[in-house]
Amino acid sequence: MIAKPYALFKKDFSSELRTRYAINSLAMFIIVAISVILFSIGNETINENLTGGLFWVVIFFTAMSGLARAFVSEEERGTTLTLQLIASPSTVFSGKLIFNLILVFCMNLVIAILYSALFERFVVQNFALFLLTFILGNIGLAVASTIIAAIIAKAGAKGTLYPVLSFPILLPLILTCVQLTLFSFDGTSFEEAQFEVAIVVGYDVIMLTASYMLFDFIWKD
Amino acid sequence: MSNYSVLSQNLSKLFGRRLIFKDINFSWEDKGIFGISGPNGSGKSTLVKIVAGLIAASSGKMIHKNSSGEIIPEKLHNHIGFVSPYLVLYEEFSAWENLKIFAEIRGVSFYEEKVLYYLTQFLLENRKDDLVKTYSSGMKQRLKFVFALMHSADVLIFDEPTSNLDEDGKKVVYNIVRNEGQNRIVIIASNESKDLELCNEVLLLEKFK
Amino acid sequence: MIWKIFLFILLAFVSIAGIAFPIVEKPSAWYEFPFIPGLEENAKIIFFHVPTAWLTVIAFLMSTVFSFRYLKTKNLDEDAKAYSAAQLGMIFCILATVTGAVWAKFAWGQFWSWDPRQTSIFAILLIYGALFALRSSIESEDKRATLSAVYSMIAFVTVPFFIFIMPRIMKGLHPGSADDSNAGPVVDFQMNSSMQLIFFLSLIGFTILYFWMWKVGYKSIIIRDKINKQLISPNSSGQGG
Repeated sequence: MIAKPYALFKKDFSSELRTRYAINSLAMFIIVAISVILFSIGNETINENLTGGLFWVVIFFTAMSGLARAFVSEEERGTTLTLQLIASPSTVFSGKLIFNLILVFCMNLVIAILYSALFERFVVQNFALFLLTFILGNIGLAVASTIIAAIIAKAGAKGTLYPVLSFPILLPLILTCVQLTLFSFDGTSFEEAQFEVAIVVGYDVIMLTASYMLFDFIWKD
Repeated sequence: MSNYSVLSQNLSKLFGRRLIFKDINFSWEDKGIFGISGPNGSGKSTLVKIVAGLIAASSGKMIHKNSSGEIIPEKLHNHIGFVSPYLVLYEEFSAWENLKIFAEIRGVSFYEEKVLYYLTQFLLENRKDDLVKTYSSGMKQRLKFVFALMHSADVLIFDEPTSNLDEDGKKVVYNIVRNEGQNRIVIIASNESKDLELCNEVLLLEKFK
Repeated sequence: MIWKIFLFILLAFVSIAGIAFPIVEKPSAWYEFPFIPGLEENAKIIFFHVPTAWLTVIAFLMSTVFSFRYLKTKNLDEDAKAYSAAQLGMIFCILATVTGAVWAKFAWGQFWSWDPRQTSIFAILLIYGALFALRSSIESEDKRATLSAVYSMIAFVTVPFFIFIMPRIMKGLHPGSADDSNAGPVVDFQMNSSMQLIFFLSLIGFTILYFWMWKVGYKSIIIRDKINKQLISPNSSGQGG
């Protein structure tokens, strides 16, 4: 069941290892984005709310930088047809989703580490809540970004279109995750944050279902 | 022998509001070499893609059947071998790696001897570990044939099979087509008379406007 | 033709009544509106702001429904209907945002305060903007219709989240949100009967206007498309509607 999507993921991963395209540019992007923010705030200490918000801002733009590649690279090289000949649509989506999930977790781990090192107010009191938010938020981010990537891969002006289409779709997720991140800074208990956690879980489930159902239409010409 | 059949019922295709062809009916069973021909722009490649399950028809039906019944579009890809000029393989991998990856994603076993056999038939065996990036267009075309043949498809679909090939390459292709045509359905879309000479039956697309 | 005149009269009446009828402490004449605490004079905007917001939602729903039908039938006429609804939805969304901001200035002191409902309507504006950006970047009409249909449906799926999370997460100034004890004039029916009358007339009038504009919109898209393809000639396009 998972073997075929996994094989597709391995193909993308091996390809990435050979060309090292995504890793290099994404790593640089993260460094540049965080540097821009640090330079802009100078010696000021920004408060918790701002820190939490900016955390997810960098996550969003890094995702926009790197997650479209899964589909755009196939479309640009003309290998979409090749994939259609060897895999069913759900296999293709699953494989690309696995790739983007792993990419998102790696990127965001780096971002989280850098933030806790460089921003004074990035102090997590309820670590379990933060971890839960991190995991669930990353899943939602990966799913939504992957399906939108599939859409823009078939359109023109892909680079600029990707954030434009993704932002409204990701907005509920980002707002709730920012809220949850702030809760984890404050030490809010899990019980009090239940509603927001339920929202993120609901978002993940609904986005996943909708994506699988709609992907067939995008994929097949 | 294969109990496989490919048939269409009143197949029509529109791009937007523009009609490409309509009411195409054919029924090809078991084995043989079948041709699709027509002037440029008559919808040859479109029809071929519909038969291969790559795009959907606007109306009518495209049916693939084997002894277990009708095959749904999601499962069609393992029954089909496809070659066309616009098919692209992964240039950052070698020929051998490409084929292995395809077998894995397909979820079928990779039969090394079989693949080697076809690579030899198509004169590629000593370049099998070189990156596809280094291949000439003729070599890439031949590699596509290996890709199409290696998983024992029930239907072989070749769109412009002899493009990019020199005389030797063409000879190999004709041999393969003749051989395979005795065991399974082979569909050729072409305007070359030498290609169409191999066919038992030819569908002329100009008639279906 | 008759009903267009009727519609014109209806909307003219609503506009005049909505703006001109005075708001007094104790309404005695049939044309006087009561004082609603918290809203006062600004209550009149309810005749225009609520219908435009309501129609934004209707347009969004219709756009999604016809997108779904396009995905099922692949008939470009359905795409024209969805697109026409989206265009109108965008217009009404801008109107709702602007009338809302004007009201906010008078009632709360500033045009924009990221109140949950304001954020939601802004999010819908972003969705429409994204949809139009997507459409203009695709040449092939089949692809354009399919991809915008898929995007519409994905957007539709995220909209309920705004309705649920916003009021929870953000305390709002908007009448009818978590903080406000007034729960909104419509819900509580603090409007007297003449106000209610004007309100519902406005709602009905604008709704009819919307459906008329939508119909003209999608039909003209289809006809223009067919003329461009020379499927029909410009002289024989039939009676206008």
